[in-house]
Amino acid sequence: MELEVADLACARGGVLVLEGVNFRLEAGEALMLRGPNGIGKTTLLRTLAGLQPPLAGRIDMPDEALAYGAHADGLKSTLTALENLRFWARVHGAGEGEIGRALDEFNLADLAERPAHSLSAGQKRRLGLARLLLTGRAIWALDEPTVSLDVESVRLFARAVERHLARGGMALMATHIDLGLAARALDLTPFRADPDRAGKAGAGKDSAGGAGKAARPPEDPFSGAEDLA
Amino acid sequence: MSIWEYANPKKFMETTARFMPWLVGLTAVTLIPGLAWGYFFTPEAENFGSSVKIIYIHVPSATIAINAWIMMLVASLIWLVRRHHVSALAAKAAAPVGLTMTLIALITGAVWGQPMWGTWWAWDPRLTSFLVLFIFYLGYMALWEAIENPDTAADLTAILCIVGSVFALLSRYAVMFWPQGLHQGASLSMDRAEHVADVYYWPLVLSLIGFGLLFLTLVLYRTRTEVRARRLKALEARERMA
Amino acid sequence: MIALLVRDIRLAMRAGGGFGLGLAFFLIAVMLVPFGVGPEGGLLGTIAPGILWIAALLACLLSLDRIFTLDYEDGTLDLLATSPLPMEGVVAMKALAHWLTTGLPLTIAAPVLGLLLNLPESAYYWLVVTFLLGTPALSFIGTFGAALTVGVKRGGLLLSLLVLPLYIPSLTFGAEALRRGAEGMANTVPLLMLAGITLGTIALLPFVAAQAIRINLR
Repeated sequence: MELEVADLACARGGVLVLEGVNFRLEAGEALMLRGPNGIGKTTLLRTLAGLQPPLAGRIDMPDEALAYGAHADGLKSTLTALENLRFWARVHGAGEGEIGRALDEFNLADLAERPAHSLSAGQKRRLGLARLLLTGRAIWALDEPTVSLDVESVRLFARAVERHLARGGMALMATHIDLGLAARALDLTPFRADPDRAGKAGAGKDSAGGAGKAARPPEDPFSGAEDLA
Repeated sequence: MSIWEYANPKKFMETTARFMPWLVGLTAVTLIPGLAWGYFFTPEAENFGSSVKIIYIHVPSATIAINAWIMMLVASLIWLVRRHHVSALAAKAAAPVGLTMTLIALITGAVWGQPMWGTWWAWDPRLTSFLVLFIFYLGYMALWEAIENPDTAADLTAILCIVGSVFALLSRYAVMFWPQGLHQGASLSMDRAEHVADVYYWPLVLSLIGFGLLFLTLVLYRTRTEVRARRLKALEARERMA
Repeated sequence: MIALLVRDIRLAMRAGGGFGLGLAFFLIAVMLVPFGVGPEGGLLGTIAPGILWIAALLACLLSLDRIFTLDYEDGTLDLLATSPLPMEGVVAMKALAHWLTTGLPLTIAAPVLGLLLNLPESAYYWLVVTFLLGTPALSFIGTFGAALTVGVKRGGLLLSLLVLPLYIPSLTFGAEALRRGAEGMANTVPLLMLAGITLGTIALLPFVAAQAIRINLR
């Protein structure tokens, strides 16, 4: 099992933000995505999760192998912690045993019967992370997973990730916190899309006209240098 | 060279810039004589009086009102299948024109209907269908306005246009179940002997052509504006990125 | 998929879920009619089929906003989109849950409100039949509208503007079938049309709505 990303280009709100992204992740490896705010970490993760189509390039991984963890945890405040997890377990076909293990791993067993609206931000986050264990998927793609976690919970999370990697899983995280994991870091700054590139590239071809470099994303026909007046 | 080349914004702008003045001129020389002929140089009908002359606005605007929606439907399909931006923008540009034509048809119909039927409005199947068409235009335009990302808006409005067309047809069929119907049949048809008399026929044809050209002119103008607006948006986005 | 259905129904039943709101609205809307048109029984009986249908339609509209918006805001929709469930199935289940928590209660409550409007005796059977055949379409069309507007902030009003015109065929055929049935006339054609629209929307709109959701998420 491996994840390979080649010459990936992705856009946010129709604007190209990243291009030429290349990396490779093998079983048991973790990769930390780094880069300033707005560089496109979330966009990259959403593209990998299949929520938005890549503008160019390739993403090679098995089908349904990626579990996406967003900023928002997808918890229903009127359901209890257990009910929330049970829902995701049933969606992903996980059993009751796995729910118990997920609760234990994130130290949530005591909170199982509490409705989610009565949990603190950090407890909610732990509940959201516990969901990952129920997906049964190998590649965790997490967006700022440690937000609102205290030191103890961060350690809990790091151990969970370690165990996941030891099982042959992979993790891809946008975070600035050092989890103490033996993980590579990938700085996204070099992949920032050049806003003037479209201008230099002498547009005038429609999206189908990919005559130039093979991996060039299709151009927004409105952002070229030509005068449309 | 295929017809799709014109779907490229640059090509589209160049081409339309060249023949816009001609199109405006052609619209003027058909629409103005058509309306003038119909208004000043046709006799008053014996049982209709002078109110019959509103036909030269009513029939063409109603025709355009429906065909504008069909044009939007086709443009939406082209956008969904071939992803040509100009197509999506043309659909967007046509909506307000279609809406206005629908409104003109409804108002002239009311003005005409008052002396004929003694009422401004009746829930006749044809009238009702135009009212339904009117709110479909409104909904379509509102959805365009509500969504910020232009490509998302283009996708969703195209979907709405297609689904809306199906439901508009269903509504048209549904109101035929109503017992009453005041509106006469089609004013123009191939078998023209059955419908309007000869004296009214040719000015009506001229007005129809005029309205068609007017629609084309307005839509092209508006599409050109939309292309420029998109261009501006793209440039602003680049500014923010840089 | 069933898990989603169960969860949506459970959420609707819990505090703040909005179950019952639609019913209450239905009651109030119907109750307002005699205040507006006067208490004369004959007139009320004549317009009752239309009133009941329109009130049901508006009551349905009330809860459409919740179908996707809450799941969109708390991130559930993103996670569902990356889950093994096909988005078409998610949409269909949500529409079904909406019907079970809105359309079905409305159908059950409608005869009682028919009494208030002096609905003729012969109409009750057809009232329930047309509601059963017609209200699923309201939920499925509404779900499609909700899918279109899920990314729009405070899109409730827009949603009504988009969805109400799409309700016209169901409303026309439903009320017409009910009226004809109540008067003892043949109503097979409008009834079949009503059922046909419902089946058509159930079969096709989940695919369209799923596409709209995907577009909105990207």
